[in-house]
Amino acid sequence: MSMIKAHHLAASYGHGDTALKVVKDVSFEVQKGETFGLVGESGCGKSTILGALAGRNKQWTGSIEIDGETIGQKRTRAQLAKQQLVFQDPFGSIHPRHTIGRTLLEPLEIHGKDRRQERIEKVLTDVGLPLNFRYRYPHQLSGGQRQRVAIARALILEPKILLLDEPTSALDVSIQAEILNLLKDLRQREQLTYILVSHDLAVVAHLCDRVAMMQSGGFVEIATRQQLLENTVEHAYTRILMDGSRGYVSERRNNKGEALPV
Amino acid sequence: MANTSDTILTVENMSVEFPTLSGVTTAVRDVSFTVGREKIGIIGESGSGKSTTGRAIMRLQPPQAIVKANRMQFEDIDLLTASEEEMRSIRGRRIAMILQDPKYSLNPVMTVGEQISETVILHERATSQEARSRTLAMLERVNIRDPERVFDLYPHEVSGGMGQRIMISMMLIAQPSLIIADEPTSALDVTVRQQVLSILDDLVVERNIGLIFISHDLNLVRSFCDRVIIMYAGRVVETIAAADLDQAQHPYTRGLLNALPSLDHPKDRLEVLRRDPAWLEN
Repeated sequence: MSMIKAHHLAASYGHGDTALKVVKDVSFEVQKGETFGLVGESGCGKSTILGALAGRNKQWTGSIEIDGETIGQKRTRAQLAKQQLVFQDPFGSIHPRHTIGRTLLEPLEIHGKDRRQERIEKVLTDVGLPLNFRYRYPHQLSGGQRQRVAIARALILEPKILLLDEPTSALDVSIQAEILNLLKDLRQREQLTYILVSHDLAVVAHLCDRVAMMQSGGFVEIATRQQLLENTVEHAYTRILMDGSRGYVSERRNNKGEALPV
Repeated sequence: MANTSDTILTVENMSVEFPTLSGVTTAVRDVSFTVGREKIGIIGESGSGKSTTGRAIMRLQPPQAIVKANRMQFEDIDLLTASEEEMRSIRGRRIAMILQDPKYSLNPVMTVGEQISETVILHERATSQEARSRTLAMLERVNIRDPERVFDLYPHEVSGGMGQRIMISMMLIAQPSLIIADEPTSALDVTVRQQVLSILDDLVVERNIGLIFISHDLNLVRSFCDRVIIMYAGRVVETIAAADLDQAQHPYTRGLLNALPSLDHPKDRLEVLRRDPAWLEN
C-alpha cells in the first residue's frame, strides 16, 4: 500500500512576475515502511518537496495523497500530525530557552492530546534518552542528544511518516552512526515511512530503499539501493554524486601520471 | 617531486591551554608532527583540537590562550620566539590559511580583486598596476573564466565555489611555502568540491609546497592527502599514510572507519564508537 503518492507536484516561492518555480513536476510513490531518498545539490528543491509534503509550503500544484487521503491546500490537525519533520541543525531547530520537556509538550498542546506526561516519558525512552533530560536545556546536551530530541519531538504525535532533512549532516561520524542506527530501529519498531534528504550518497544507500536524484527542480533518475551498491546507476549526474561521496578523485592520477594542462 | 623529504614545519610537543574560571582547559596536548612538501591531513571530531592546532601554527590563537612547545620551527623561523612584527611578515606571505566559509572570511565591503591585490601590495610593495595584473593571472589560474569581470565583484555576488576559489587565489598570490586549509570544502556541494580540490591539488604539486588539510571527512582526506594525522581530545593518536588508513591500528581510528556508512562495503548496522578513557592517557 502506498503511503505517499505525489503526482505532477510543483512548488514555487514568491508571487506574480517574481515567482520562482523551485520544484518542477515530479511524481513519485512511497510504500508503507519504505525509505525514499532525495539527493541533489543545494537549491535543487529537495527541502521544498519536504515542505510541500509537510504542509509548510502551501504554494504547490499537482496532487498529494497521504495514507490514502487526498491532501488539499488546507489540512486538518490530524492530517498535519501524520507527517513530521526533523531538521539538519538540532541547535537551530530547538527553542534555546525552553526545557526539553517544554519543547516536547508543545506539539501535544497544539494537537490537544491527553496523557501528556506519559507520552513525553515514552518518547524519551524510545529515542534512548534518560527521563531526567526533560528538565535540561538544549545547551546542556551534545549534538547527538539534541538530534535525538528533535526526533523525539517529531515522534511524539505518533506520525506515520518522518520527513528527514539532512538529519546527520551537522554531526560527527561517530554520532552520525548512532542516529542512523536509531532511525533504522524506529522505522522497524514503529513501522514508519521515511523520506530522507541528504547530499551524502553513502548515508542514503545505508538507509533508503530507493532514491531520486534531483537537478534544478526535477528528478533525473530514481535508483534502487541495489543499483547504488552495485554501481549500475545510469545517469551521468548520479555518477558524479557517487564519485563525490567516495572522496576526491585526482584527475592527475586518472591520467596515469600525465600532468594536467596548466 | 624532487625534494619531498625536506621539512617545512616541525612541531614538537605543542600544547595549547585556555585558562578558564574553573581551571585550565588543555585543547591541544603534546602534539608533534612534521610537514614536508606534501599534503598532510588532520582528522578529528569537533572539539578534538584540529583547528586550534592550525591556528597555533600561525600564532592566531585567542589572546588568553597559552601555547607551549619544545620546538616550533618553520623553515628558518622559530615560531616560538618570533616577534609579532616577524609574524606579520610570515602570515599571508609564507604561511597562508584557507577557511571553511568564504562568505564569512572575505571582506564584504571590498571587491574581490582589491582583496587579492592587497596581499601583494602589503607584502611585496607591488604597484597597483602590477598587483592588478598578477591578480587577474591568479584568478585565471583558479579557473575563473572571466577574471576582468570577477575582479570588480563583491563577495556576495559570487557563488560558494567561486568564493572558495577566490580564497585560494588570495592565499597563493604571495607564493607561500605552507598552506593551512581548515575545512576548505565543507560548505560546498559535492560537484563544486571536486573542482576546488583539484585546483588546490594542482597548485600544491606545481609549486612544490606543503599543505595541512584539516577536515572531519575521512573519505575525503583518505583520497586527497598523502599522510593523515588522527586527533582525539587534543592528542595525536595516530599518524599514518593515507593509503594505509584501512590498516590503522588505534581503536579510535578503527572505530571511526567502522562508523562510516560505505557504498562499497554496505552493512546493516553501523558500529557505534566506544570511547575508552585509556585513550586520554599517555
